[in-house]
Amino acid sequence: MSDLLIVNGHLVDPANRIDAPHDVLVREGRVAAVDRPAAFEGVEAAETIDASGLVVAPGLIDVHVHLREPGQTYKETIATGTAAAAAGGFTSVVAMPNTVPVNDSVAKLKWMLDPARGAGVKLFAMPAATIGSMGIELTDFEALHRAGAVGFTDDGKPVLEDHVMRAALVAAARAGVPVSQHAEDTRLTGGCSMNAGPMAFRLGLRGMPVEAEARIVERDLRLLREIERAEGLRPHLHVQHVSTARAIDLIREAKREGLHVTCEIAPHHFALTEATVGDYDTHAKMNPPLRAEEDRARMVEALVDGTADCIATDHAPHAAFEKRQEFERAPNGITGLETALGVTMRTLHREQGLSLSRIVELMSAAPATIASLAGRGAVGVGHYADLVLFNAAEEWVFDAESSRSKSRNTPFDGAPMLGKVRATISEGRVVYRSFEAALT
Amino acid sequence: MQSPGGLISGRFHYAAGSLLSVTHLSVADVSAILEETSRIAALEISERAAMLRGRTIALLFYESSTRTRTSFELAAKLLGATTTLVSDKSSSIEKGESLKDTGLTLRALGAECIILRHFHSGAAFVLARETGLPVLNAGDGMHEHPSQALLDLRTMLTRLHGTSAARRVSERSLEGVTVTITGDILHSRVARSNAMLLPRLGARVILCGPEPLLPEDAHGLGAGIEIDRDFDHALTQSQVVMMLRIQKERLAGLELDLGDYIARFQLNAGRLAAQAPKALVMHPGPMIRGLEISDEVADGPQSATEEQVANGLAIRQALLVRAMGGMR
Repeated sequence: MSDLLIVNGHLVDPANRIDAPHDVLVREGRVAAVDRPAAFEGVEAAETIDASGLVVAPGLIDVHVHLREPGQTYKETIATGTAAAAAGGFTSVVAMPNTVPVNDSVAKLKWMLDPARGAGVKLFAMPAATIGSMGIELTDFEALHRAGAVGFTDDGKPVLEDHVMRAALVAAARAGVPVSQHAEDTRLTGGCSMNAGPMAFRLGLRGMPVEAEARIVERDLRLLREIERAEGLRPHLHVQHVSTARAIDLIREAKREGLHVTCEIAPHHFALTEATVGDYDTHAKMNPPLRAEEDRARMVEALVDGTADCIATDHAPHAAFEKRQEFERAPNGITGLETALGVTMRTLHREQGLSLSRIVELMSAAPATIASLAGRGAVGVGHYADLVLFNAAEEWVFDAESSRSKSRNTPFDGAPMLGKVRATISEGRVVYRSFEAALT
Repeated sequence: MQSPGGLISGRFHYAAGSLLSVTHLSVADVSAILEETSRIAALEISERAAMLRGRTIALLFYESSTRTRTSFELAAKLLGATTTLVSDKSSSIEKGESLKDTGLTLRALGAECIILRHFHSGAAFVLARETGLPVLNAGDGMHEHPSQALLDLRTMLTRLHGTSAARRVSERSLEGVTVTITGDILHSRVARSNAMLLPRLGARVILCGPEPLLPEDAHGLGAGIEIDRDFDHALTQSQVVMMLRIQKERLAGLELDLGDYIARFQLNAGRLAAQAPKALVMHPGPMIRGLEISDEVADGPQSATEEQVANGLAIRQALLVRAMGGMR
């Protein structure tokens, strides 16, 4: 007998070029069969989900989340962060290493990935590129990769020194994983708390110039060229949370040139501008900061024209007391797992006319490829049964109080969303469902 | 924007009577504050001392201050209020207490209004949100100093148009008046508050200074703001010139050639006589004589610096009465 049968849904599976009504049969956590409607009539299953009116897609994948465990569990834990992920339709998340202590050793990585942490969806991790993320000495890429690392990053900080970044790219290329770079020239952003420009001037806040992002991207692309030429390797650079037109132009050019570069854009960077800072609203404070309207529009353009590879949330929970203080003192970051689909559907699908297939590609198929998550990001036979069922036409309003995350630091509280997650299935288990009555 | 129920901005609510930014004041609000200032100034000392008798006002100062602190404190005392001063050097702030908790403590002790000076831009907004009390922004980082802009306005109106003209304003009160603000605009909350207030009353505002102290982003202060880096050229057009101190404490690594700065931007007797022999000279203090302003100009007949201080006391009495809900 099969474990789960999903019928009457509309399957959107860009990796297999399917955008049509299909039923999905799940057995032992894997996709057992995908076929036309009613093809599985008579097949017995422990549970049958009627997905009438719903999109069935590979579960969303977020290559950039902060789960705060170990060390800052008052903000979030692996269990609460992955519960928020499940509620947002995500079935895989990649945890950043800036925990306390920093995830920079095999022992720490194994501790984090241990089932005892209680992850509700599949948890991956990108350990630190340098010990303690201090930017000086590389971690043991080979051993960490064997222990499950899907990439390396000093997220929150850039790898500033040229020779260190070069060595990281070489070591990652040998392991076959990306270096995921937080592109910020911190020599230009000391004491800054929002985007540089007329708005920052008016608010009396020191601003981060757009050059700070572009400069590191430019430097990293130069390193890719040098390594390809000198080492005969093909390193993979993944640029995190791109926020400026200048950086995206550099990435577009590098792709034409044939370099192995990918990038992500966060929903807040294509949906919001620096105007959201308003009168020092710390829920609009993150790094990179919300930019001017022109940059926001260019992020949308990059997602539409294919320059941007994927959407990632940079889910960064913080306790209320940390955000309820002076703007310059408040920590950077906002939560994002439960609002990503709703904001993306509203901004890119409704307003820009981006197809559901492209949205699923940006939020599932592409991130699976970037992080080489085998058997995920597609609904193929033998793949993990990671699925999201959502009503693409349903409008709703996000209420931060209802969040599964431990934290509430979001600028999207009360914001209109499009596309409501009805069920999330991780390796065949229903880990989230919003309307019990709708399911049989 | 201002209503009996306070001010709502974004997802936040601020108590009525708060003054966080000049942008929260309508021209009618400014006019009402000026009128109240003149009314209070005309009262007998004993009448004035009854206005806030029995009321409690806290001054919370995270930065050093001579004029603003003394002026607010004396204003409160002249109105009969009880005041308490908390400064970062002699309180639990040194022990790491948050702004929110310090504010709640003052409220629990009976403070009905808090006057805040803080080194972080936007701090007054945080305090107003977290305490629900009326908060008077006495300078927040590089952001604003709204009471300074109001006292500067009263000084200008009095000197240019006479005492009775300082009783009320309209969108046209400063028509034909060009105000040049010169110096360290980047770090100046006085410049921001004036540049955002005066154009709404009809004034033309020119900002003047070298690029590092006056970036082009200063156009963000308003559509009509002009930048002129030639001080002499700006002076020839000005009826009012406002000089600012270079804020060494906020330069953050910025290096300036002071000799060159003095040559280009110091207001001295020769420059004033040649370019603007009748212009009103203002300075919010503290002045660094010999740097942005020369001795003889600071003490000369065109200087209004002492009147600015006197008007500060008058304006702040009105702001306190307004904050405590007593304005007519």
